[in-house]
Amino acid sequence: MADGAPILELAGIRKHYGDDEAVRTQVLHGIDLVLQAGEFAALIGPSGSGKSTLLNIIGLLERPSEGRLAVCGEDTGSLDDTGLTRLRGRSIGFVFQFHHLLPAFTAIENVMMPMMVERNRADAAMRERAALLLARVGLSGHEGKRPSQLSGGQQQRVAIARALSMQPPLVLADEPTGNLDTHSADGIFELLREVNRGSGTAFLVVTHDPRLAARCDHAIELVDGRIVSARR
Amino acid sequence: MPFEWVVAIRFLREGRMQTVLILAGVMIGVAVIIAITALITGLQGSLISRTLGTQAHIVLRPPDDLATPVLPRDGAAFAARVEKRAQRLRSIDQWQRIHAEVDAMPGVTASSLMVTGAAFAARGTASRAVALIGVDPERYARIVKLPENIVAGEYRITPGNALIGADLASDLGVSIGDKLRVATAVNRDDTLTVAGLFDMGNRDLNRRWVFTTLSAARNLLDLPGGVSNIDLVVTDIFQAERIAREIASRTGLKAESWMETNAQLLAAFENQTMTTRAIRTFVTLIVALGIASVLVVSVVQKQKEIGILRAMGTPRGKILWIFLIQGGLVGFLGALLGAGLGAVLIQMLSRLVTDAQGNAIFTPDNDPLTYVVAVLLAAVVGLLAAALPARRAARMDPVSAIRYG
Repeated sequence: MADGAPILELAGIRKHYGDDEAVRTQVLHGIDLVLQAGEFAALIGPSGSGKSTLLNIIGLLERPSEGRLAVCGEDTGSLDDTGLTRLRGRSIGFVFQFHHLLPAFTAIENVMMPMMVERNRADAAMRERAALLLARVGLSGHEGKRPSQLSGGQQQRVAIARALSMQPPLVLADEPTGNLDTHSADGIFELLREVNRGSGTAFLVVTHDPRLAARCDHAIELVDGRIVSARR
Repeated sequence: MPFEWVVAIRFLREGRMQTVLILAGVMIGVAVIIAITALITGLQGSLISRTLGTQAHIVLRPPDDLATPVLPRDGAAFAARVEKRAQRLRSIDQWQRIHAEVDAMPGVTASSLMVTGAAFAARGTASRAVALIGVDPERYARIVKLPENIVAGEYRITPGNALIGADLASDLGVSIGDKLRVATAVNRDDTLTVAGLFDMGNRDLNRRWVFTTLSAARNLLDLPGGVSNIDLVVTDIFQAERIAREIASRTGLKAESWMETNAQLLAAFENQTMTTRAIRTFVTLIVALGIASVLVVSVVQKQKEIGILRAMGTPRGKILWIFLIQGGLVGFLGALLGAGLGAVLIQMLSRLVTDAQGNAIFTPDNDPLTYVVAVLLAAVVGLLAAALPARRAARMDPVSAIRYG
């Protein structure tokens, strides 16, 4: 990644579902967006405004119908499925609303998982790093617990540790606090900000909560598939 | 352990009940395959050894006497009807040379010169039609396990002595040491002492066979210096027919293999083998369908996990392998258990399948190769059965997997 290049660059991103004119649903109408390294941005907007679709496109889980998307300076239009998967694994961490941990694995194994995917085998260094990350999200001593043995807030902390395990320059969080009580939500949000300040990881956080959006560097408001305001 | 293995094993352990059930299914399938293979192979094996216990694998005889028409066929007159010649007892021409040649043939393990012909055995006023067999006792013992079947007296074929069947002995009322008069159609007779009685497990043979020395038989049958047939034993019994054909074409003799003599038995074996193969094929198919259906369900249940793994950068190929490994593992482990159960089943079957006297009628064929092949086959079948569900998992769209999972 070139120094000073934006982490994320979207130009004229459109997305529609259905090929037939009659049933076509246009979800995104030309999104232009730039996110710099180390930025902490909120993506806000009402339900059905296209936030999740935009996040999926940025997360390389879906391809846009039109437009240009560059992640870490790499143009994604020319990448095949394998290339997208590799770029996703290395540059993007995900935190989902419903944590989405693997129930068959312990907390520490869940955190190690992206590293195992990348390097194919678990080793002591991975375990050490995973333990460090768990400590950083305040879960020392919970390494061997299964997701089902943790509270909602703790599960989300594990998910954050997992998102950070490959040291990605960008973390996408889809309503990370949406499923938590206000107290836990504040804690999780604070943790994300802390990580952002400490490691310079850029965050794009989808949220419904205007209180949280106000605490971000940058809030992008999406309505009906268009950016209506971007406050810095 | 590589990533795919770690995840595959964890998924299997997580789906406890499903895994246990499918392992049980594979186990039973493999056990049935192993048991039925051992049962049929064992049954066939003991039937063959019973059949071959009383006969040579190949018998060489002189070619048939042919009538040669003396009138030229292209002339004005020819014989309209050529009578077949009666086959008299003859010696194999140049048997010394032929014997040496066939004895040295690859695949032939033993050979015995024989002088065989029809005779009467009489004692007092009782007489019976018998088959007089002149043999070299040492060589003949390698063709038919006669010494093992001696029930009284001893295996001693020396000048002036004879071995007869237990049933003939009781018919004629003779026992060990008694004299027996043997007469033939060529008006020769001899008095032989009964040295031993045998029981070949076949009444007919016990009534008909009378063994004596080669020279005594030659003398009685008027075959001076001759040999009426040569009996052979071969290494691979199923090569007998091929070897017989080769000998026939090389020597011009009539060569009859046990396979020709027992064509009915062989046809029955073939049908049995085919039935077994069909059963094995269908059981394998059922096992494969079982594994596939469990994995299809597992792929649906694991949709969310697959989506998460994909979002974390797991390539499609690895997702594919996670499910292929599960299929292969289930096949392999189930087959290992099945091999154990199969061994137990075989023991039970060999005790259950008995003859009228309650003796086991077959020794199960416990070939370790059967187990190895069954286990490996099950692993491969598991892999193949997993192919479809695994492809489905690999093609899953991560977004919908996460959203709807």
